[in-house]
Amino acid sequence: MSKIIDVRHLNFSFGSGEMERPVLKDVSLSIEKSEIVLMTGPSGSGKTTFLTIVGGLRQASYGSVTVLDRQLIGSTEQVKIQVRQQTGYIFQQHNLLKALTALQNVSMALEMHDTMTERQRLDKAAEMLIAVGLGDHMNHKPEQLSGGQRQRVSIARALVGHPKIILADEPTASLDKQSGQEAVGILKKLAKESGAAILLVTHDYRIVDIADRVLELEDGVIRNA
Amino acid sequence: MNFISWCYFPARLAWRQLIFDRTKLTAAISGVMFACVLVFMQLGFKDSLYDSAISAPVKLNGDLFLMHKQAEAMWRPAKFQRRELMRVLGHPAVMEVTPLYLALASFKNIETDVKRTLMVYGFDPDSHIFNVPEINNHRNELRLKDTILFDEYSRPEFGPIRQLVAAGRNITEINDYKISVAGVFQLGVSFAADGNVVTSDLNFMRIFPNRNHNMTDMGIVKLHPGSSIPQVQAELRLQLNPFIDIFTYEELLRREKDYWANMAPIGFIFGFGTIMGLVVGLVIVYQILFTDIANLRYEFATLKAMGYEHDYFIRVVFASAFFLAVLGFIPGLMLSVALYHLAESQIYMPMPMSPNKVITVFMFILSMCTMAGFLAIHKLKAANPADMF
Repeated sequence: MSKIIDVRHLNFSFGSGEMERPVLKDVSLSIEKSEIVLMTGPSGSGKTTFLTIVGGLRQASYGSVTVLDRQLIGSTEQVKIQVRQQTGYIFQQHNLLKALTALQNVSMALEMHDTMTERQRLDKAAEMLIAVGLGDHMNHKPEQLSGGQRQRVSIARALVGHPKIILADEPTASLDKQSGQEAVGILKKLAKESGAAILLVTHDYRIVDIADRVLELEDGVIRNA
Repeated sequence: MNFISWCYFPARLAWRQLIFDRTKLTAAISGVMFACVLVFMQLGFKDSLYDSAISAPVKLNGDLFLMHKQAEAMWRPAKFQRRELMRVLGHPAVMEVTPLYLALASFKNIETDVKRTLMVYGFDPDSHIFNVPEINNHRNELRLKDTILFDEYSRPEFGPIRQLVAAGRNITEINDYKISVAGVFQLGVSFAADGNVVTSDLNFMRIFPNRNHNMTDMGIVKLHPGSSIPQVQAELRLQLNPFIDIFTYEELLRREKDYWANMAPIGFIFGFGTIMGLVVGLVIVYQILFTDIANLRYEFATLKAMGYEHDYFIRVVFASAFFLAVLGFIPGLMLSVALYHLAESQIYMPMPMSPNKVITVFMFILSMCTMAGFLAIHKLKAANPADMF
């Protein structure tokens, strides 16, 4: 099976000189198509930093990070944007646009390309919202939705463009147990259908059972890879 | 990606975000509207000033005009000897030369006896130097001793002359000299004079006993039909004494306008007022855009993480600036039209809302908002997804 994410000997530090603080030390990890990998670890272990490097949001300079056959180390902004466009990002906070309805929020993920008409975009977004169980709330603004509903909108937004990779940063952190379980359940179901690879960073052990593989990152080193 | 979606999507996002927070939108629109009204009023007063400055010369009927070099404008003339006009008559193309006598004098209100300063024009009633029908129709009355015609567009402080004349109460004083008002005509006030009076050259000398026919303030030259005005002007210039200026009609109007624009500080004052209005508007729009970006930086960073390019957000900011410009301009224009009417009724000066002015002010407001956009896009750097998640 093809490797969607292939990280080799990644080192990353914040600051420079005497202030240099290493965050990731010689991290190697690869994720294949349709695989769900869960990364746990205490706060400050470098989980989110790892996620932002793989997602093309942060520039690392030592090692090798190949995502969808593109080398991200020393890459241009354009390459990173291409990777981002094929990545569905789910954030700790839902990070929805306050001024937009659920439907408009989801279709924002489809507006970067001209390949679809407005009607097709809205239909697709609506389909995805129905799939996450929000068929009745499409025209609600985020502030009219509950925490769990918002996170489901955010999942719909991440999945609507059929990304090859889904990166989720503590998606259940602001949810109660039941909405958290529901959210990751939906995420798993939809991702399996589309064959996307999922890298999920969390220290919520209640959702460990959805993963194909669990890694632990501690002080920038992967323990039980 | 084609051009329409290139600007449509960011503009739509900008619009949705603008209308989401109605309170802030109202504040922003009020700011732009304020700047807009301020600029409209400044430009309105300025144009009105310039237009009123030429309300008398624009009605003069002549091809060339002689003035003393020391004369700053028609309302501040310098006297020169009438024989300069005779020199002009020697030119074969010249048909007629008329001396025009100018002076400011106090006019006593018939009802209240309060005196106010107005402009007195004295000339031979047989010459046709004003293109004002009412003046030419009253030629016979002007030939009488101690008669004048009164400009009914003068400020109301002079009294309701038309009604008073109709009622037979037409005796008053100019420069403490008793005259009778034979009728009214329409000319218009300027910043220099609150009213106008025309009279015959003979009556002018009676009202101003220290003036005589030999010293005139202006010479109005009419040429035979078909003569080349610039050519005659050039030839006459050689014959005249160097202290005499000779202007064409257009040059005279420009000179009268330029007096207010340059010699008097008024052009500067209104220009300064316009700039201040735009600066205040700029600061308000900049503040609104800046805080918007600051508040929305998480949302922008999220969109960046989804693959939106930095330029997209620049377009969002400029679209917001454009919407604010348009949304503030429309009520600003409506309010300004109302204020123009109010000003016209209060200061008795023409303040037309010309399409030209509307376009000029809209361009000012648009540049102001664009400038605010340029200043605000720096803040977009704060929307860096790596720093946020």
